[in-house]
Amino acid sequence: MDLTQKRYADTVVLSPVGRIDHSTSEGFKAALEPYMARCAVGLDRVLLDFVRVEYISSVGLRVLMLASKQAKTQGGSLGVAALQPAVKEIFDISRFTMVLDVFPSVRDGLARLSPPALAAFDAG
Amino acid sequence: MPADERLTVKFWGTRGSIPVAMNSAEVRRKLIAALLRASGRTLDTPEKAEVFLERELDFAVSHTFGGNSSCVEIVTGRRDYVLCDLGSGARVFGNDVLATRGPSGNTFHAFMSHPHWDHIMGFPFFMPAYASGNRIRIYGCHADLEEAFRGQHAAPSFPVDFSRLPAAIEFVRLEPERDYEIAGLRVRPKLQHHGGDSYGYRFQGNDKVVVYSTDAEHKLDDLAEIRSFADFFRDADLVIFDSQYSLAETTSIKEDWGHSSNVVGLELCQMARAKRLCLYHHEPVSDDERIAALLAETRRLEEITRGDRRVEILAAFDGMEIAL
Repeated sequence: MDLTQKRYADTVVLSPVGRIDHSTSEGFKAALEPYMARCAVGLDRVLLDFVRVEYISSVGLRVLMLASKQAKTQGGSLGVAALQPAVKEIFDISRFTMVLDVFPSVRDGLARLSPPALAAFDAG
Repeated sequence: MPADERLTVKFWGTRGSIPVAMNSAEVRRKLIAALLRASGRTLDTPEKAEVFLERELDFAVSHTFGGNSSCVEIVTGRRDYVLCDLGSGARVFGNDVLATRGPSGNTFHAFMSHPHWDHIMGFPFFMPAYASGNRIRIYGCHADLEEAFRGQHAAPSFPVDFSRLPAAIEFVRLEPERDYEIAGLRVRPKLQHHGGDSYGYRFQGNDKVVVYSTDAEHKLDDLAEIRSFADFFRDADLVIFDSQYSLAETTSIKEDWGHSSNVVGLELCQMARAKRLCLYHHEPVSDDERIAALLAETRRLEEITRGDRRVEILAAFDGMEIAL
């Protein structure tokens, strides 16, 4: 799975597209890995822009859980932003909104993760 | 099995881990909610009150999901009884047999998921075991199943030793992934992830399929395992599924605790093209409102993830019957 990326100061915004399910989750995990390796204290923060994600299954959510655990272990910060309504419902029902940092928009996520990243985002 | 008989599933115990009971505060809360809804109405006959309860009140107000631990009956239309697990619900089942069929002359086939206490604790209070002339066959894949049953009857835990039970009791060791013909059903056990292992059962009879899969954790990154369970559930009319925890719990703080979630149950049923998913082995901490909410959420999840086929979502409660 391709992840388009944009950098705002110390924060990388990654944008997966489509369905994250049993057939695509391995690709999603592999695409995420290099960014999660740098998601650590003093390095990058990672924000996943889910605006173009149509569906996520349990195995896709597990990838997010593993990434979140890795970020915490490394002292980094990971967030998920801009969930489509159906995907937001999946997060709610699976209780992932209780264990991941989920934000209404990319801007909201940047505001929480990194003031310099928010400034860069607002500067266009 | 007579051709005109349907397969019916009766739930005698649906709670996970340990039996629970409503306390007075919870009963009072239900009563207050019901009385408030009834204000201004004239409910002056039992019939009117019954209609009001069934039509006007939410299930979590007018009923309870109950608190007995695992015990499910599969009614085949034959005289022999077929059970899954002998948790505290087996006590209620046994008393019902005495009331409806009499104390003796009955045969019971009990398929055990595993010997953890909540799944065997009903047996010391299973009255048919105390009557000669009853035959009880206990099936399972665990080598130590009989030892577990005998152990809970032994002093100092219980006053009646297993050896003194008058019924004819046999333990029958099954092998997973093999088909057996028992009590008019084709039965296939399957190994599941759980502490000390557990086994699910696929029952087939009268062109209907019931899968009993409790105390099972599913490793989401193991696609071969996911596919093997989808095959196990394939085209089932009913899948009784351990949904004790949320998906977030099973992938974080309760990973490797040996239980599953409503989300994974639905995904497996969708992959398997099963007709009905029954949420089962309810978390003991959950009150009726919480289980009702879990049911509503799972139905909503099914709606927003539905492919070309609907899966009917149910939540088991003590006393529930499903005719297939």
